[in-house]
Amino acid sequence: MTAHLSRRGFLKSAAAAGAALYIGANAKGVMAAASSADAALNPFVKIGADGRAIALIKHVEFGQGPATGLTTLIAEELGVTMDQITYEFAPSDPQVYNNLLFGPFQGTGGSTAMANSWMQYRNAGAAAREMLISAAAKEWGVDAASLDIVDGMVTGGGNSASMGDFVAAAAEMDVPAEPRLRDASEWKLIGNDATRRLDSPIKVNGQAQFAMDVHLDNQMVVMIKRTPQKGGVVASFDDSAAKDVKGFIMAQALPTKHGVAVYAENTWAAMQARNAIEVEWDNSAAESRSSAEIKDEIMAALDAEPTYNVNKADRAAVKAAVDGAATVLEKTFYFPLLAHAPMEPLNCTIEQTAEGKIVLHDGAQMPTGPHMAYQQIFELPADKIEINSMLAGGSFGRRATPDADYQVEAGLAFIMTDRSRPVKLVWDREDDIRSGYYRPAVGHKVRVGLDENGTIIGWDHQVAGQSIMKGTAFEAMAVHEGIDHSTVEGIADSPYTIPGQSLGLTDTKKATSVLWWRSVGHTHTAYVMEVMMDLAAKAAGQDPVDFRLSYLTGGGEADRKAAVLKLAAEKAGWGNAPAGHTQGIAVHKSFGSYVAEVVEISGNNDDGIVIEKVTAAVDCGIAVNPDTVRAQIEGGIGYGIGHAMRDQITLDGGAVEQSNFPDYEPLRISDIKEIETHIIASAEAPTGIGEPGTPPSAPALANAIAALTDDSQLIAELPMAEAGVYFA
Amino acid sequence: MQLIVDGKTHEVDVEDDMPLLWVLRDELGIKGVKYGCGVAACGACTVHVDGVAVRSCQTVLSDVEGEITTIEGLGQPEALHAVQEAWIEHQVAQCGYCQSGQIMQAASLLAETPNPSDAEIDEAMSGNLCRCGTYPRIRAAVKTAATKIQGA
Repeated sequence: MTAHLSRRGFLKSAAAAGAALYIGANAKGVMAAASSADAALNPFVKIGADGRAIALIKHVEFGQGPATGLTTLIAEELGVTMDQITYEFAPSDPQVYNNLLFGPFQGTGGSTAMANSWMQYRNAGAAAREMLISAAAKEWGVDAASLDIVDGMVTGGGNSASMGDFVAAAAEMDVPAEPRLRDASEWKLIGNDATRRLDSPIKVNGQAQFAMDVHLDNQMVVMIKRTPQKGGVVASFDDSAAKDVKGFIMAQALPTKHGVAVYAENTWAAMQARNAIEVEWDNSAAESRSSAEIKDEIMAALDAEPTYNVNKADRAAVKAAVDGAATVLEKTFYFPLLAHAPMEPLNCTIEQTAEGKIVLHDGAQMPTGPHMAYQQIFELPADKIEINSMLAGGSFGRRATPDADYQVEAGLAFIMTDRSRPVKLVWDREDDIRSGYYRPAVGHKVRVGLDENGTIIGWDHQVAGQSIMKGTAFEAMAVHEGIDHSTVEGIADSPYTIPGQSLGLTDTKKATSVLWWRSVGHTHTAYVMEVMMDLAAKAAGQDPVDFRLSYLTGGGEADRKAAVLKLAAEKAGWGNAPAGHTQGIAVHKSFGSYVAEVVEISGNNDDGIVIEKVTAAVDCGIAVNPDTVRAQIEGGIGYGIGHAMRDQITLDGGAVEQSNFPDYEPLRISDIKEIETHIIASAEAPTGIGEPGTPPSAPALANAIAALTDDSQLIAELPMAEAGVYFA
Repeated sequence: MQLIVDGKTHEVDVEDDMPLLWVLRDELGIKGVKYGCGVAACGACTVHVDGVAVRSCQTVLSDVEGEITTIEGLGQPEALHAVQEAWIEHQVAQCGYCQSGQIMQAASLLAETPNPSDAEIDEAMSGNLCRCGTYPRIRAAVKTAATKIQGA
């Protein structure tokens, strides 16, 4: 992705009567924006005459911590405590709230929330500080350089007053083009381990408002009866039995024919009515294959010449080197479809205001998606559509579909009504598990050749699977020369220096709708790279850590990767596991961050394997909120290991076989006894943290299991439980 | 039918087979109780009936006998339950959606087993799913809450 990190110009706005200072971005040079400071301004920070500050958060909060993190940046630069500032979610505005790493698009993903906001939010806070100080300096007749804002008070030269006193005067001033950013030595909040999440209190007392908790006056609840086979359409339906359900209102096929929308007075009635509706499906264009057939196609592609030579290597030469090597390791891997299954099932609520505006209440991961879709569906200009961004109960990528799938469903269900009643679209867990979008099924085949000294002399790596990006609005950004980078990321750009590597890619036929899933391609590429590294180390008779370090010699990112590897090994007591315990290690760079993890297991494969401890080391640049960084590593580990242990989505005749948590069983509290995270101190700009904990977790577990059982076939296909690993 | 929820008495007029979850959420507007799976497989909907944790999605209205406590009545914003306090202390919540159920389950555990071992915590909490993976902090918070309650 290309970064649009051009210096931001800021606009200000003064709410004349209420005396408030708003600092917002003018995205000049990137996108058109408000033409003057008097125009309606979507800000990053609002400061009232009472001295209260509010940070406007352009990213969705579904647990990864941007609401607290971006607020921390504003508070630090402005000079207030975390108790003197609150946050609000920003409205949908792809110009002002553009994701600077995606844009022009407002969206959260790719672990970019902090990385793309780092300078922008600091600059906004610093600009506000300088303007307030200038106003105070003028009033007090002192040099602005002698003043600072400390704990919300403009202070210096014997003077001290609430910054709120200067809001009105500051709003008359020009916005500084390049406000001074506080030096790291001045930081009180950035990197402070004591900073608490601002959303903790509402998340323990039931007050947190998720999209699912929206309840508008007179709303109807809509559920969609969908075809079990992706791509099928409604031929006809019979809702006569639904009419006996109290609270049933009506049913009608969606204009796309992809399902029947069932309208009811409440959620329970919608569920009951939907069950009572009989639908005749036309599945002539639907997927009808089983998972076994789709897997066969992927595995066959691995043995054919790839469609794309990703790294333009001379594959014939690489193959010849491997064939002639003293030791040849060959391994074929398979990764199944996986569902995201966030705890809050998909939902959103749509209404039309008296003024004719369409308002969507949504835990919107990419507000620009539904915003654009609604312009088409409702034939309205962008400013007649509002998106009220709510807390979302997890996502892991699922709420960010390029086609805005569930928001479009809600829009279509709403436009089929007279719009007098708001429509709340609700998916149940079965919809969530069965109706896509999935981490694609992927196969890898790797042949590694080692010379007589155990040095890698050839690495032939083939990948095959369904492309996530092709055919979507993101194709232009992520697909180059036919290569969907998201399928090979983590191999193609690995910091390892591997001599004689060829990397081939073949896209297989569309089987279902697929989507990025926490850490995207790294979910499988890290696994294959790190399991192969362990197998190669073993064949070379070398320690897995030392072996890896010998391929991390390029300086720069290789050094950072080596540093986390060494730190994780040191903290885990690598090589000194307690009696009866076995360790496995993996390290991977993703989303700009470096994470190494050691998984320690006990037991055996007959009586059951127990995951005793995971020790992680992370370098994500400056850790703005260290406790959030640790929490994300903990969560990322659980997400990676839980699915590797026992989860898969399978198709039978095109229909998804799993339906709910009993047969798509996530990680439980009893699965991992302990997780310990160590953060590398860094002065580099912050990089991703929501996803990077996931990629090394499953291969570290796999390497521990292979070390324990001496059977690498147990870990060649996921989920492990399906391949013969018995977890206690 | 009369329901006592968080100390308040409500009259509800719905079908007897409506699960308590939907009575609480859709009829009484108590949104702190969450829907996650509908089949008692995730614990997000956990409430107390006479102090004991139950899955409200699988408890039909006509089977409810006793006073119901939800996350909104477990403690008060200014006087949190020890489990809620411990959840803040350990910064447990990420997305937060499952945490109402986790907290209700933990409070029920501690009412019955004031000083649970790791194994007892795992057993009592293993039916409560958290997709964010906050489990290590849940375990730590339960222990902190246990200490707090015993010291009180």
